[in-house]
Amino acid sequence: MMDLLQHYLGHDLGYAVWYLIKAVIVIVPLTLVVAYVTLAERRILGFMHARIGANRVGPQGMLQPFADLLKFVFKEIIIPAKASKAVFFLAPAVILICALATWAVVPFSPELYFTNVNAGVLYVTAIGSLGVYGIILAGWAGNSKYSFLGGIRATAQMISYELAMGFALLGVIMISGSLNFIDIVNSQAGGRLAGSILSWNWIPLFPMFLIYLISGVAETNRAPFDVCEGESEIVAGFHVEYSGTPFALFMLAEYASMILVSALTVIMFLGGWLSPFPQSWGILGQHSMAWLVVKVLILLFGFIWYRATFPRYRYDQIMRLGWKVFLPITLVWIFVLGAWMVSPLSIWQ
Amino acid sequence: MDVTSVLFYVFSAILLISGLRVITAKNPVHAALFLVLAFINASCLWMMLGAEFLALTLILVYVGAVMVLFLFVVMMLDVDLEAIRKGFWKNFPLALVLGVVVLIEMLLVVLRNPLITTAVNADPATNISNSNKLGWVLYTQYSYPVELASMVLLLGLVVAVALTLRKSEKAAKYQNINKQVATDSKTRFTMVKMDSEVEDKGDAQ
Repeated sequence: MMDLLQHYLGHDLGYAVWYLIKAVIVIVPLTLVVAYVTLAERRILGFMHARIGANRVGPQGMLQPFADLLKFVFKEIIIPAKASKAVFFLAPAVILICALATWAVVPFSPELYFTNVNAGVLYVTAIGSLGVYGIILAGWAGNSKYSFLGGIRATAQMISYELAMGFALLGVIMISGSLNFIDIVNSQAGGRLAGSILSWNWIPLFPMFLIYLISGVAETNRAPFDVCEGESEIVAGFHVEYSGTPFALFMLAEYASMILVSALTVIMFLGGWLSPFPQSWGILGQHSMAWLVVKVLILLFGFIWYRATFPRYRYDQIMRLGWKVFLPITLVWIFVLGAWMVSPLSIWQ
Repeated sequence: MDVTSVLFYVFSAILLISGLRVITAKNPVHAALFLVLAFINASCLWMMLGAEFLALTLILVYVGAVMVLFLFVVMMLDVDLEAIRKGFWKNFPLALVLGVVVLIEMLLVVLRNPLITTAVNADPATNISNSNKLGWVLYTQYSYPVELASMVLLLGLVVAVALTLRKSEKAAKYQNINKQVATDSKTRFTMVKMDSEVEDKGDAQ
């Protein structure tokens, strides 16, 4: 396919066009999934609250996301007085670019990926750390106290939880000896307990798996860590001044990063596309992208479930959890893991 | 010109312009944002040199953490730019002299020993990544300097905490988290026995 394009368009242009096509192939299904995750969230929350949820537009509300989209697009974009205009419109763009750019290195199966880079884990953490700019700028640019408070809260929270997440990833890197996602998944298929659910990273790295899962919820600013939105205190937090399409971009970015964190958790700790069943079980035992999708959907359901279940954390407790509980646990576990890996009890030989 | 050199000139141009805007921007928040842009472009240049680890670490550490905190502080401070600009022309000659001296020093360094660096580059033949190789070098050849640098950083951390920590009973109120978590319904609710209210007629109206 790429050769064909390069034949007609020349070497460099063909290369660029091929990668553009690939980007569209990744982003369009992702956007559709985002649309239906928003619907799923409303229906599941409705079910958990013993009410119906959005079921009016189309069969079972299946067209609701598109109705929402149309409504967002046709709403007026209100710019607050004395807002810093350029930054005001830069913020939703930054947050969305960061949420989408990370997908460039996420593999869906050993053959299906956008790019296969050696420093995939580093890239994901680097771009993930840029995402906070979208929130802090949105909070500042609106020239509103509520949105500024939301932005400040989000910044402090995301920086704190990035550390715990980074250390949790260090454990994964230690085991697989690589920053490449495909190597990381493949390393989970090997070792002494190879070929079963037990060889995946979530068992030997259980504390880190839990910390990564919880920090992921905090990183995406979802309930119960959604103090930067905190409706009961600061209206809607960092995006209180946004309306219409920019607001829709914030929503898109939030759900895209939710899916991303789920996908990363699956790849790092839950064996990615590896099948939980033995190879001899026919189609169920095959490693395929379907397993990745199933695992991601389960984690996404978790995201919605936490929102319906847990009350919002108090802000000082969030910071305490990140710095005084998660960080020490991951640090200790890195030493435990190092000792375990060189001891005769190592299961990764 | 091939694509790589075009990209090089684009990134370098944005880097220089945004570097200039850092010191000329009127709004301190905009200045900080231009610094972020400069960092990102520097990282793109490093990426083009094949130094992926350095490039991504620059973004992760400087853009993702240091500059966020910077921005955080700049946004909260009420900077009066007019007051800062007041003495500009008075101090200009001194600044010019200092600037020229620094420029000459830098030119001397660059011109005398051209920047020939033996970059730790990824070797495509062995498929060992840049980060992997950097790790090997840091923890074998340069392990003492690395340990020393980490001790200095740790010292800085401890000193910063020691300087700012004022743990006196009067000055600050501390929360006992264990005590907060250990509460139960008995400490929060008190059941009060009282007679049921008698509906009074007439007076309230």
